Amino acid sequence: MSEILIETEGGDLDSAPMNLQMGPSHPAMHGTIKMRVKLDGEIVQKTQVEVGYLHRGFEKSCESVTWSQVMPYTDRLNYVSPLCNNVGYCMAVEKLIGVRATERCEYIRIIMAESSRICDHLTCVGASAMELGGFTAFLYAIEAREELWRLTETVTGARLTHSYCRIGGLKDDLPVDFLPNYRVVEKKARSLVADIRALLDRNRIFLDRMKDVGSMTAERALQWGFTGPVLRSTGSDYDVRKASPYMLYDRFDFEVPVGTKGDNYDRYLVRMEEIEQSFRIIDQCLKQMKPGPVNLEDGRLLLPPKDEVYGSIEGTIAHFKIIMDGIQVPPGEVYSYSEAGNGELGFYLVSTGEGRPYKCRVRPPCWSLMQGLHELLEGYQIADIVPTFGSVNMIGGECDR
Amino acid sequence: MSKHVLERLQARFADQVEETHSNQGDDTAYVKRDKLVELLTFLRDDAELAFNLPVDLTVVDWYQKREPRFEVVYHLYSTTKKHRVRLKVRVDEDDARVPSSFPVWPGFDWFEREAWDLYGVRFEGHPNHTRIMMWEGFEGHPLRKDYPINKRQPLTTLLGEQK
Repeated sequence: MSEILIETEGGDLDSAPMNLQMGPSHPAMHGTIKMRVKLDGEIVQKTQVEVGYLHRGFEKSCESVTWSQVMPYTDRLNYVSPLCNNVGYCMAVEKLIGVRATERCEYIRIIMAESSRICDHLTCVGASAMELGGFTAFLYAIEAREELWRLTETVTGARLTHSYCRIGGLKDDLPVDFLPNYRVVEKKARSLVADIRALLDRNRIFLDRMKDVGSMTAERALQWGFTGPVLRSTGSDYDVRKASPYMLYDRFDFEVPVGTKGDNYDRYLVRMEEIEQSFRIIDQCLKQMKPGPVNLEDGRLLLPPKDEVYGSIEGTIAHFKIIMDGIQVPPGEVYSYSEAGNGELGFYLVSTGEGRPYKCRVRPPCWSLMQGLHELLEGYQIADIVPTFGSVNMIGGECDR
Repeated sequence: MSKHVLERLQARFADQVEETHSNQGDDTAYVKRDKLVELLTFLRDDAELAFNLPVDLTVVDWYQKREPRFEVVYHLYSTTKKHRVRLKVRVDEDDARVPSSFPVWPGFDWFEREAWDLYGVRFEGHPNHTRIMMWEGFEGHPLRKDYPINKRQPLTTLLGEQK
């Protein structure tokens, strides 16, 4: 005897829209994002993205410390490419003071920022491949990143939170054996990147999940304030390094890769090509740079050498003044921008002429990406949320601050 | 950089632009809030200005330093003309509100919610005017200068505390 288990009006199974809460404790939500998803079967009808779970008061903390003490906080914005943030913040303060770092210092800053960018892209590509089941590609990406981080550790002394830049200079020059070490790491990393591309570029499963998923037009992406690889994948060629070259970027020969459709696969290709371009920039840096001082000879900005601090009263006082009162930045306001791993990283600083920032606003590229994310998800399947969200490369520390 | 932007803005909205400067190379215009949406639409649609990228929106709190207390700061960029501009709108503490720029650029959506959440400036006409960093029920606006940095608002009762 058969019996009717579910009765509905039309005789069909009930197909009312379903509401799903995804995150914040979800392995694909990177720990800090919550999405309310309205589903019609497997199709995403509407998404609402919620952030703020990692908010820790970056700006409020900056207002209570000296200009130099902000540096460790910037490490923790985009913690996958901290050196880009270090460089961005230093450039902003130097612009406000009206000084420019030495040539060698800028070369080293570019080398470190570009290697950070490579790490950033490797993390994004590796993680999104892993989320699609491509665990081998993830291991290759992480191994390449690890090699670069080990090299960065020999330069900065820290593996993750470097705090390498100083206002008006750097913590230190490159170590003497940097060049041979870099060549070894570069060879390894490049071969790993080639392996990743061989695994993914024409992989049927990867293509089916990435192609024509999560696409957006360039015009719409600009309206949402998108920058970085996500904007460039749509076809717009806005890259701060090319559009308004800061530091020495006008001296290098490099290209800005752009996509055509703005889908997940374009974002992947743009990131892979940018890794190649970053290697090119580092190569040119190493060829062009000459020996010289890395720090400005300016006692108002930089701490005196240690032998002076312990050997002379002037040195002790200068050291004490910078540590206790902070660098004296003239009153004014400034907006300084640079290209970080995810797009335009801006610092809007306001000074009232004291040793502490009156306001230290950071314009995080992820913030804009997250507010427009729902448009990349709507209309696609629920399973597409994971690769699309992965390919945007949301970094919680930077988004929520 | 490009004085041109400020000149063009002044020519079109002479009564709205209060003052301009280009300190540190950043073109800045102080504008009134009455016709803000119209002004932003002009910046976006004018063929010679063509600001198509909403970069940043934030607030500066000049508590007991300047009057009026708040400045709402907009940063815009044009990817085709490659120029930037900063707009500032001064608002009073008692009347801390500006029209929402969401209809002009959806890209200021969360920036406005953040500014409301952390500074308490209202953006009139915003479609989802809610807190974004803090939770609903949070008291005050933490980035205001009169909000003490060590003030705590725990969501649960702490040990040894009575509710």
